[in-house]
Amino acid sequence: MDLLKVNWGRRKHSLFYYLFLASKQLFPLDLYLFSPNPFRFDQPSSSSRLFDFGRMSQAGVDVPAKGGFSFDLCKRNDMLIQKGLKAPSFLKTGTTIVGLIFKDGVILGADTRATEGPIVADKNCEKIHYMAPNIYCCGAGTAADTEAVTDMVSSQLRLHRYQTGRDSRVITALTLLKKHLFSYQGHVSAALVLGGVDITGPHLHTIYPHGSTDTLPFATMGSGSLAAMSVFEAKYKEGLTRDEGIKLVAEAICSGIFNDLGSGSNVDICVITKGHKEYLRNYMEPNPRTYVSSKGYSFTKKTEVLRTKITPLMERVEITEVGEAMEE
Amino acid sequence: MDLNLDAPHSMGTTIIGVTYNGGVVLGADSRTSTGMYVANRASDKITQLTDNVYVCRSGSAADSQVVSDYVRYFLHQHTIQLGQPATVKVSANLIRMLAYNNKNMLQTGLIVGGWDKYEGGKIYGIPLGGTVVEQPFAIGGSGSSYLYGFFDQAWKENMTKEEAEQLVVKAVSLAIARDGASGGVVRTVIINSEGVTRNFYPGDKLQLWHEELEPQNSLLDILNAAGPEPMAI
Repeated sequence: MDLLKVNWGRRKHSLFYYLFLASKQLFPLDLYLFSPNPFRFDQPSSSSRLFDFGRMSQAGVDVPAKGGFSFDLCKRNDMLIQKGLKAPSFLKTGTTIVGLIFKDGVILGADTRATEGPIVADKNCEKIHYMAPNIYCCGAGTAADTEAVTDMVSSQLRLHRYQTGRDSRVITALTLLKKHLFSYQGHVSAALVLGGVDITGPHLHTIYPHGSTDTLPFATMGSGSLAAMSVFEAKYKEGLTRDEGIKLVAEAICSGIFNDLGSGSNVDICVITKGHKEYLRNYMEPNPRTYVSSKGYSFTKKTEVLRTKITPLMERVEITEVGEAMEE
Repeated sequence: MDLNLDAPHSMGTTIIGVTYNGGVVLGADSRTSTGMYVANRASDKITQLTDNVYVCRSGSAADSQVVSDYVRYFLHQHTIQLGQPATVKVSANLIRMLAYNNKNMLQTGLIVGGWDKYEGGKIYGIPLGGTVVEQPFAIGGSGSSYLYGFFDQAWKENMTKEEAEQLVVKAVSLAIARDGASGGVVRTVIINSEGVTRNFYPGDKLQLWHEELEPQNSLLDILNAAGPEPMAI
């Protein structure tokens, strides 16, 4: 909320910008909405704390952890809406995302449309997120939530890799995502298809916003999941080759693109095999822009340059070697 | 048709646990639904807690997965500290403690079954709310409503392993026929002193009940089938 106080004096923003900021504050639900703390056996005492649940281990004292949902402004927001203020809509990815396991690994596919209510906000967004060199994750639901949660777990995985000295496993990413989403009880609206190849083999999992997971040979999520699943159920078989698998994934995503209003534009594909990955961005573009002017576009009045001032962001520093280099 | 794909993942479910002479048989269907859509038609609802104790999960998929993950972790520590395999009673008690202390937040019914050397095969039912009841057989999930009468009539003491498994498969298959939220395949797990056996019965190989039709492979087979001979005068 400090952000609001600072901006109020400095620049004029419309009210909905503050509402937008307020809604972005996150707080772990389990600490502030439910009392006692879920999964705490008895009175807080260090001896009974068998598990470290990240944020929850700090919850023994009454100091709130940083970040998480805060519902302080809800009454004010309701009052503003009653007075006639339009609440900001959030960017959802209508989406068709799919994954399948083929002979040598995993293929993930996604469409590229991001919607804001009935409007297409981004015609070519990226829904296949990087988690680790051998693990990628497709995300459906609220775009901010999928981006944030996959970025967070991706950095946790990197730290884990540094600590263990080994390649990340898909099940590690799965557990980190599942624990985070469960603790927010479904309010983080991220439905994910996680796939990768690690030392134990190829894996494909789906993760729902409430924190439940499924392990499947082929999976679809998002508003176009029914259209894509019908293609998979009809044509999937075990032991597909790479080309067959890519063709099937592209077909499933196209089925979502053409039959679901929340999905559209192009097809992205990511092929992960042991030791190698290929991110085929815009593998297929079945929705080219029609009626492009052949003359091109030009603007009659050129932009005038009134003044040029170049401010270097990094200081150029001269380093002079004085004396001899230090010796142990 | 409002499919409500944002509904929390729940397992409509039929779960069963039955004791027999020498161990237990656990059985479950495999349907996980999100509103009216089947999110996973081949899920595994019988989860391992230790080598000799398994749990059947029903209700909210997320809640039951989290509870069984925690209990597996606690039991692992307990086994190391104890130096022996954990007993079924301890496993059921740990589940009960989580379920009871968090009864306001959790929505999951579980059936714990296993074999240990002190008590043999045991089944503990832990419904919503966190009661724990030791029973010779237990049923749970939405499909169990159709099985109470069936079990009253069909269950008997000291069955053999084959009889018990056949009973479980028959019961799950009856529930699948009548309950919309149960379906898919029938999975069973048999636990006794020798170890654990997992079995799998695909949905189209199950016995058909009253007025059920043969499963068709594809609508295309029906549409392309040759029609009846044209009438000849």
